[in-house]
Amino acid sequence: MFGRILNKIDEEFLKSEPRKGELFAVSALFDTPDQIITSAEKVSGSGYRRFDVLTPYPMHGLDNAMRLRETKIGWVGLLAGMSGTTLAFLMIWWMVGIDYKNVIGGKPFFNIAPSIPIMFELTVLLSALTLVAFLIAVFNKLPSNANPLMATEFMKHVTSDKFGIYIEAKDPKFNQNEIKSLFSSLGASEVYDINEVSYDEGKTKNPILDFKFVGNLIGVGIVTAILSYFTLNYLLFLPPFNWMHHQAKVLPQSESKFFNDGFSMRKPVEGTVARGFIPYEFKGMHDSLVVETPNPLPVTKEILEKGKKNFDIYCSPCHGYYGKGDSRLRGQFPVPPTLHSEKVRSWKDANIYHVITNGQNVMPSYEKQISRDDRWAIIHYLRVLQRSQNAPDSDFEGK
Amino acid sequence: MDNIKKLPDSVNKKGGIMLILGVIILLVAFVFEPQRAFFDYLWIYMFLVSIGVGSLALVGLEYLVGATWSTPFRRITEILASITPVLIILVIPLFFGLHDLFHWTHHEVVESDKILQSKSPYLNVEFFSIRTAFCLLLWLVFFFFMTRNSQKQDLDGDVTYTKRNITLSTVFTPFFVITITVTAVDWMMSLEPHWFSTIYGVYYFAGTVVASFAATTIAAVLLKQGGYLDPRIKNDSFYSLGTMMFGFNVFWAYIGFSQYLLIWYADLPEETFWLIHRWEGSWKFVSIALLFVHFIIPFLVLVGRRAKTNIGLLKIMAPWMLFAHALDLYWLIFPTYFKEGAGFSWPELSFPLIVIGLTMILFKVLSDKKNLIPVKDPKLQAGLEFHL
Repeated sequence: MFGRILNKIDEEFLKSEPRKGELFAVSALFDTPDQIITSAEKVSGSGYRRFDVLTPYPMHGLDNAMRLRETKIGWVGLLAGMSGTTLAFLMIWWMVGIDYKNVIGGKPFFNIAPSIPIMFELTVLLSALTLVAFLIAVFNKLPSNANPLMATEFMKHVTSDKFGIYIEAKDPKFNQNEIKSLFSSLGASEVYDINEVSYDEGKTKNPILDFKFVGNLIGVGIVTAILSYFTLNYLLFLPPFNWMHHQAKVLPQSESKFFNDGFSMRKPVEGTVARGFIPYEFKGMHDSLVVETPNPLPVTKEILEKGKKNFDIYCSPCHGYYGKGDSRLRGQFPVPPTLHSEKVRSWKDANIYHVITNGQNVMPSYEKQISRDDRWAIIHYLRVLQRSQNAPDSDFEGK
Repeated sequence: MDNIKKLPDSVNKKGGIMLILGVIILLVAFVFEPQRAFFDYLWIYMFLVSIGVGSLALVGLEYLVGATWSTPFRRITEILASITPVLIILVIPLFFGLHDLFHWTHHEVVESDKILQSKSPYLNVEFFSIRTAFCLLLWLVFFFFMTRNSQKQDLDGDVTYTKRNITLSTVFTPFFVITITVTAVDWMMSLEPHWFSTIYGVYYFAGTVVASFAATTIAAVLLKQGGYLDPRIKNDSFYSLGTMMFGFNVFWAYIGFSQYLLIWYADLPEETFWLIHRWEGSWKFVSIALLFVHFIIPFLVLVGRRAKTNIGLLKIMAPWMLFAHALDLYWLIFPTYFKEGAGFSWPELSFPLIVIGLTMILFKVLSDKKNLIPVKDPKLQAGLEFHL
């Protein structure tokens, strides 16, 4: 079934020529590097153009002997590299300069200096990938998936111990017998005919759609996927190598198996008092029920400064920096009362403490935000504010 | 080997005139502006350290990695490395100018400066002198033994000399890296004792290697064109000199950029002022020129393969790189003296005169005594046969 579909694709779109296994090239093997250099000089000197030399390792001087034109591949690399540079530049400029501006360390959104490493890397990446793709496409003659040289004795030797040369049948000067005698006169140890790969009738015509090839590709893909899945998920975590994957703790979004109710944490026992938090005993009670306690803190410079700091943070947004009820939030909320009224001034410290802790009218409780000591410090500071705004005449006489 | 020409005596004469002229300029400058003269002299000294010690490192590198392509040029590099023993004499006048050069040598300044106080265990004249003496002696010892082995090999071609030099260069290379870092930090970075950069030593090292390759290249090209070198040395051998010069030049740019990028990113006032100073007034143009002269132009010129086998082009690019290194050192040293903006006048002319004159005399004197290629080195044949 699958093979038939491939056949259909091939006939509909690719329409490749049938392969008959014609003569591809005449090849020869040589034993020494010097021989191959002289042979290359001789072959190129005789006017052959479609020929190539294969050696087990890169050899200096071969390109001169073969009379190769200087390769143009450098320009491909340059072009691809410059595209990489430009692409990286535009990418960063658009990302950090336009699409997603973020202030980092007070620097300009887009700057060339930090972009240079990325520009450099994309230059290298793009030119390398392009060159590899170019190499595969041009030199391996895509979409052909095989070269007639593969799976020959010739190829076995030039990749291990001998130096080989071949002249293609497509060369305009090609003459099988002439070339063979030329190779023998140069001292070739072996001369081979190399034929095109032939395909049986009835199979897919284009080798890239060969059932075996595509089937193998898919098969290898599936096997690799299954193997990697099992390796990464099970094999790596076989005991004793569990990599701390299994721990005696309750993970988020899962139930505790230890406690009946499924929670991993217990609620504190009723009446538990958190460290440093002394509960307010008159919480929620009416003013008249409050037993008056004196301010436990002494009046010192440090306490007053602490009070000022906390007043400015928590009280001033509504009551204003001077407690006059003229704050920056005026108009957005019900107007907060002044703290210089006769009522507040005549309040005992405990009353003010009660209001801060309990809240009053629109004012919420500040029990959670302001610690106990800070509340008493605020009250000291508030008394200073009140005295400053309502100083009796005796203050002016001074000392 | 006997049919190889010796360098003409006029080299000595020309070199001598240049050297004497340079010294006179420097002395006159010392009379009028002593501090400026010391800065000029420091510039000259650091450049000679670059070429001399850098060349010594290249000789060591050849033994260390077993390079064959550079063997025909090794004697030239050795002659350049013989600046190293001269440095011991050259450094003496600098010690009379420590007060003019380094403001951390003034006790009253250090007393009122908390940062300098905490740096004083390292930055004090005694330890400074010990370090400098140590570096110079170390270079001298390795220079002496390495060139002596190489020299003796010319007589009998014994392989053990090569083996001994391989051991020596294995020991020398890490010491070279340390000493060149110490030298760079002591003599140049401490000009601005408040500033610091951990990559400074590598930065100077990269410039050093570029300058030494450039010096070897220009010397080899000139000797080759004058017909003083073995005619078996072909153009292909110069390819690697060009490649190394190109490669280390890119390395220099990489290190320079790394230093700049980190300072730019961190944006700390104690680091940025050094670069900001080099971006003020006419120093800005020197900084931009350095980027183009030292990196962009040589990169574009030397990037192609054909450029490196073209001796005519190397003859331009090698002095170009030496000039670029001189500019690099100028950019490192002189902002401390020319606070307002870059300056160049007749006292600075002593730099090219002394450097070129001294090198010419060294070449004449030593090439009379030595062969210009290591004639019996076991790697020489492979080096001469090198082709692309």
